Amino acid sequence: MDIVQMRGITKRFGPVVANDHIDFNLRKGEIHALLGENGAGKTTLMRILYGLYRADEGEILVEGWPVRINSPKDAIALGIGMVTQHFALVPPLTVAENVVLGFTDGFVLEKATIEQRVAEAAKRFGLEVDPSAVVRHLSVGQRQRVEILKALYREARVLILDEPTAVLVPQEIDALFETLERLRAGGLSVIFITHKLEEVMRISDRVTVLRDGRVVGTVETARTNERELARMMVGRETFGVRREERAVGEQPLLQVERVCAEDDQGLPALKEVSLVVHAGEILGIAGVGGNGQKELAEVLSGVRRPTSGRILVDGQDLTGATPDEFTAAGVGRIPEDRHAGVVGELSVAENLALEYLEEFARGGMLDREAIRRHAEELIQRFQIKARATDRARTLSGGNLQKLILARVLSRDPKVVLASQPTRGLDVGATEYVRQQLLAQRARGAAVLLISEDLDEILALSDRIAVMYEGEIVGVLPAQDADPERLGLMMSGAVKERQGAYAEV
Amino acid sequence: MLRFKIEKTGAPVWMRSLIPVFALLVTFLITSGLILWGQANPIQAYYYFLIAPLTSRVSALEVLVKSTPLILSGVAVTFAFVAGYYNIGAEGQLYAGAIAAAWLGTVLGGLPPALAIPIMLLGGFIAGALWALTPALLRVKLAVDEVVTTLLLNSVMLFIVSALLNGPWRSPVSGWPQSPEIAPSTVLPKLIPRSRLHLGFVVAVLSVVVLWFVLSRTVFGLKMRAAGLGREAARFAGVNVGRTMLIAALISGGIAGIVGVSEVAGIHFHLIEEISPGYGYTGILIATLGALNAWGVAAAALFFGLIDTGTQTLSHAMGVPIYLGEVTQATMLLVTLAMLLLQNYRIRRV
Amino acid sequence: MDTFLVNLIAATLRVATPLLLAAIGETYIERAGVLNLGIEGMMFFGAFVGFFVADVTGSLWLGFWVAVLSGVLSGLLMALFSVTFGVNQHVSGLGITLLLGGLSLFAFRLKYGGRSVPPSIEPFPQLSPFKDVPVLGTLFEQYLFTYVAFLVIVPLAWWLLYRTSFGLNIRSVGENPEAADAAGVNVFLIRYITLAIGGGLIAAGGAFLSLAQLGAFTHGIVSGRGWVALALVIFGNWDPVKVMWGALIFGGTFALQLRLQAMGLNLPIPYETFLALPYVVTIVALVIAGRNATYPAALLKPYRRE
Repeated sequence: MDIVQMRGITKRFGPVVANDHIDFNLRKGEIHALLGENGAGKTTLMRILYGLYRADEGEILVEGWPVRINSPKDAIALGIGMVTQHFALVPPLTVAENVVLGFTDGFVLEKATIEQRVAEAAKRFGLEVDPSAVVRHLSVGQRQRVEILKALYREARVLILDEPTAVLVPQEIDALFETLERLRAGGLSVIFITHKLEEVMRISDRVTVLRDGRVVGTVETARTNERELARMMVGRETFGVRREERAVGEQPLLQVERVCAEDDQGLPALKEVSLVVHAGEILGIAGVGGNGQKELAEVLSGVRRPTSGRILVDGQDLTGATPDEFTAAGVGRIPEDRHAGVVGELSVAENLALEYLEEFARGGMLDREAIRRHAEELIQRFQIKARATDRARTLSGGNLQKLILARVLSRDPKVVLASQPTRGLDVGATEYVRQQLLAQRARGAAVLLISEDLDEILALSDRIAVMYEGEIVGVLPAQDADPERLGLMMSGAVKERQGAYAEV
Repeated sequence: MLRFKIEKTGAPVWMRSLIPVFALLVTFLITSGLILWGQANPIQAYYYFLIAPLTSRVSALEVLVKSTPLILSGVAVTFAFVAGYYNIGAEGQLYAGAIAAAWLGTVLGGLPPALAIPIMLLGGFIAGALWALTPALLRVKLAVDEVVTTLLLNSVMLFIVSALLNGPWRSPVSGWPQSPEIAPSTVLPKLIPRSRLHLGFVVAVLSVVVLWFVLSRTVFGLKMRAAGLGREAARFAGVNVGRTMLIAALISGGIAGIVGVSEVAGIHFHLIEEISPGYGYTGILIATLGALNAWGVAAAALFFGLIDTGTQTLSHAMGVPIYLGEVTQATMLLVTLAMLLLQNYRIRRV
Repeated sequence: MDTFLVNLIAATLRVATPLLLAAIGETYIERAGVLNLGIEGMMFFGAFVGFFVADVTGSLWLGFWVAVLSGVLSGLLMALFSVTFGVNQHVSGLGITLLLGGLSLFAFRLKYGGRSVPPSIEPFPQLSPFKDVPVLGTLFEQYLFTYVAFLVIVPLAWWLLYRTSFGLNIRSVGENPEAADAAGVNVFLIRYITLAIGGGLIAAGGAFLSLAQLGAFTHGIVSGRGWVALALVIFGNWDPVKVMWGALIFGGTFALQLRLQAMGLNLPIPYETFLALPYVVTIVALVIAGRNATYPAALLKPYRRE
């Protein structure tokens, strides 16, 4: 029997049709994977089911009854819970407070009572968390358990998980899957949003594949294979960019020596990080998000000052230098959040010139003609689908990333620093970005690639360094790396070191 | 059951251009309630309010006189806001400039006007910038919220003015709290004989041109806009956001200081406590209504000047309290803000 | 105990009362994620409405409650702009301050004309439970509002914020509205409610000035107290109890200034120095405390689902 039926769901964002007459059924007690590329409309569909968006057309039935879901409150009342990709937790509050938030029976909130109740629920569902812990101090895996507990505490019969494995190391994924299987046995229905084929095959009973906002098909997992799913998902059989083996240069272009830095709260975020990237090499930094990658990128961009240590670019000391000094020294920087890398309200041309304003100035005056010419040249060279005068915020994610790539790579930098360069991009744009990074490597640049996507790290890197809690816990040549081994290192279970700072 | 939903759509172009007209209509509908309460006929009142000032040369010039401090205040605030620095302290910076003018006006008597007046303007600029310096430094160096500090310093400045006027500058003859009259050579010359329009208006117009030029044509202007519109991205791209904000804050304070000079040396010829009815705050409304754009700021300021002149006429003619102007201006701002948002939506039945 | 000190403490509590009321109101508003620069205007409007109604009807209490109502409505107006329309909170708040300021002065002028001596009313009396006891008599000779502010409002505000589901909702909405929304909390409603409550408290602070402390309404009756309350909220790190300490520090400085003036000392510095002192102290306190301030993460950010 179907616990949820979505019929003819259509959702438009301005001119973009995110969901185009989608039909989707969820059976009681099944794990149903919702598979598709970034931008295929998976998350939008589930946000509609959870009441975060409203569909323009279509209807939703829960246990056969037509329902109207205008807010998460309605969804919760119908027994639907959702764990969003960016956890919907309030960091300064405790686990218990987060769990009961919006779902309290009385007006007065006794700390001891709610903690006890949450502890009981955690035990009942087999989710191990400390109710009195402050969420800010929890690891990503623990936070996810809090989110699941939050949904179950609200007596959810349908649990939506949006890309739940994206932030987990392989071992945590195993634990999550065990939990899900146990919950399924208890009668829970699960919708599992993902773009990873291997996970679909492992955990799901059925799969619905979305592409460009439409349903390609729904199949029993047992009667399909990864090959078929891939074809359904992207419309062709194989994809992906891989580096080819070639000799790496000897010349160290980027040297990071025992760098320490603090995060925004003043807590240590980088602990004696040492790295070397040579000419013509891609060094991948693997790790679960929040283990110091952001701070490392910021330190190497000049946005955050290290508290100690040294940073050398082609022999030049850039410790504590400003962003424009990094640029001048030949460090091209692709930021983690591309929306924070461009000024949305400024034009494409202005954004392309922003890093090199001195070149476009004549006695403090802007050389507007030169800025325009520069922009038009780069728009053509990097195939950016935009006009020079467009506001940057009107660009799609892929074009925005191309804009940033154009700004950075057109200068033939000695060092390329790329943070999460393909996060949230569709297949085409992802391939484009990866190809550009490989082209930089071929040109002889030193590329530091920070990514939470293990597949990306494995596909592109010559060597792989793993970060855990602000430390480099190991550096492996690409041929020695596999997901299991990296996963163990990413979870802090194993430390493998080359060089001087191996001891804990 | 009927259900409505609000959906986001781009407004047709013709509607955008009508927003000021609609905003005006709604504003006057709201304020006509007050006029009725003041026992005046709204239609007649509107005539005094909006039309009468433009019917005679004298009163039309008076509109420009009233607009002068408003233009300068709007420009001052815009300089800061564009760079993402919320300077709410233009009122205090204005008085800093006024103090400087009142002092310089008494000591520069020996100089010819061609020398004395530029020194007055410069002095006012420096005084305003200095008063703006502390909160700007606190903001940039220590991340102390500038909104609160600039607001508090406005209160402090009022006490400084009061201390000066009730202390060393108190008129020995009349005992009034007003500074000694400034020397004739430091008075801003009249632009048109037998009117109150003075050189300050030219300075105000110049400030608009400078604002336009800096924002659209200079490297610093682009840095300011980048810092204001996307602080993180600007920082990432190598813009020294702190320094940009600091300089913008000082320019903002300096221009606010010139408002003080313009009022002291162009209108009052000495310092009194009531030199500004809140120009520094009104400047924020003007900058917002002008969408932080030089020409928009000028237009908004001229319109506010018209309202100020109109309320004065109205107050004389029909006894409606002059504070109607303040209410109208604030209402105008709020209504326009609402309309700018609502233009993007339309209500549909589902 | 030294009479100077006793008088000083008594005056401190009195002076701190309106600030405390306004700052607690603002604390709630900001805890839900809205910066209310309408605070100065709301105090002023509250002071005017309280005086006006009390004068016309002859009932101080009616004046007080209508003033509170005016604050609730002003708060809802701020909510309309900051929550529903989602416009820039700095600008809409200042707009509301100017609007309410202009409105008060307009109505005041209409009713009372431009007379040189401001009209006055018989203000609320002070309570003196220990009338003839030397030290306590002075200390406890306070307005009812002072008792209520310190003994009821502050503990109640703290308890509501940290010990009830309502407070949990407020704190969540101000930190992470997305999370609160996903958990089924109505973000808009919570922000409207806090602005209504906060507006009422802020206006009560203003009404205290006209109905209790002064028994009159003047141009300078609020003179920046709203801005001071704004600073106290940051100083108190958005915690009602710490905000109270901030109000006492400011009140103490202000009371000291009043005592020094009253003593009529012939000092070589102008008395305005003392008037400005509390504001300067507030800035200094802000610099010291504000550096470690942890702003509600969603402050100034309008919430939108799409």
